[in-house]
Amino acid sequence: MPNNGTAHILTLLEADFAGIVDEWVGAQIEEGVKRSDLFSDAESRAQSTELLKALAKGMRANDNTVEFDFSADAWDDLRAVLADITRERVNRGVTPTEMATFMLALKGPLFDRLRSSLGKDAEALVEQIMLVSRLVDSFAIHTNEVFIAEREQIIDRQREEMMELSTPVVELWDRVLTLPLIGTLDSARAQEVMENLLETILQRQAEVVIVDITGVGTVDTQVAQHLLRAAAAVRLMGAECIISGISPMIAQTMVQLGIDVGSVSTRQNIRAALADALPKVGYNIHRVKDS
Amino acid sequence: MSGVAAINLVENALLVSIQDDVTDTDIIELQDTLSQRIALEENIRGVVLDISALEIVDTFVGRVIAQLAGIARLLDAQTFVVGMRPAVAVTLVELGMYLPESRTALSLTHALAQLKRG
Repeated sequence: MPNNGTAHILTLLEADFAGIVDEWVGAQIEEGVKRSDLFSDAESRAQSTELLKALAKGMRANDNTVEFDFSADAWDDLRAVLADITRERVNRGVTPTEMATFMLALKGPLFDRLRSSLGKDAEALVEQIMLVSRLVDSFAIHTNEVFIAEREQIIDRQREEMMELSTPVVELWDRVLTLPLIGTLDSARAQEVMENLLETILQRQAEVVIVDITGVGTVDTQVAQHLLRAAAAVRLMGAECIISGISPMIAQTMVQLGIDVGSVSTRQNIRAALADALPKVGYNIHRVKDS
Repeated sequence: MSGVAAINLVENALLVSIQDDVTDTDIIELQDTLSQRIALEENIRGVVLDISALEIVDTFVGRVIAQLAGIARLLDAQTFVVGMRPAVAVTLVELGMYLPESRTALSLTHALAQLKRG
């Protein structure tokens, strides 16, 4: 029996299921990872019970003739339960270390039971302990993976949101668009900004585009290159491009770097650019009455 | 004239619509026909090159467009490239073809209005 893979542990687990849950929750308290501040006793118990049930199910379905492999189909349920619980706990502020310790605390109760049932057979005992260790370790590692995957998802979503947020094309006036650039302008973003801008020109039939770089921290040769290419593409589409927000500092840098803006008009601020753009589309700003 | 690019007289400008399936031979032929038309017609002030149907552009087409503008300029006519698609504009910029010889406009209407203004 003891050599028959997970069968022995399964028997032990089924024999005293409630007892193991109790001891496991106890071990969690001892390790200080139960987080009573975040989870009620009932919740902790429910999670531990659910996990153990999935574990038992996995062991029942596990093919004991082959080497233990946590990615096997038999462990689907357990992986799903583990992922759910990890997500839930992480969302409430549990650290990955605490989550792993939470899983590893299961070793204690299982080892105790193995010792009392196999105490005399040292070889079988070591073998079973190694097996349980491998099982529980892989669960703990899996919680870490879920944790990282969850974080990556958040980062990806935020990156996408940032991309969209940072490249809004605003219709300032009839046929006048403005593109306020903020932050850094790397190649990927420049490409996205340019495509977005050109599409909007087509949609709105815009004739003047003001690219405002007030919010761009530094202008180096690469950023200037991107800006001038965008301006060239805008011209090819048949609209005019004005670059605004050139501060005295940026003007100095650009000249020192030897950047030639060619025929692209540049203005100090968006106000000057707008004053320039309106007559081009047939509008004029004038004061209504003296004040 | 082949059906690939039709040349029409609109006001005092020649309107050339380039189709999507234009071949290299067509475009060479167009260059020849167009230059003769500019010389033939009186009072031609501009050539409007409508490339809104063009979805794919390569260096060859880009160069021919630039050449058309150069020819027209020598014959005292201004060239307007109109209706360029965003993807085509990006490609031309990436190829380094900024078409400095030709003026650009959003559409035929815009080009004609600009021609009138001079």
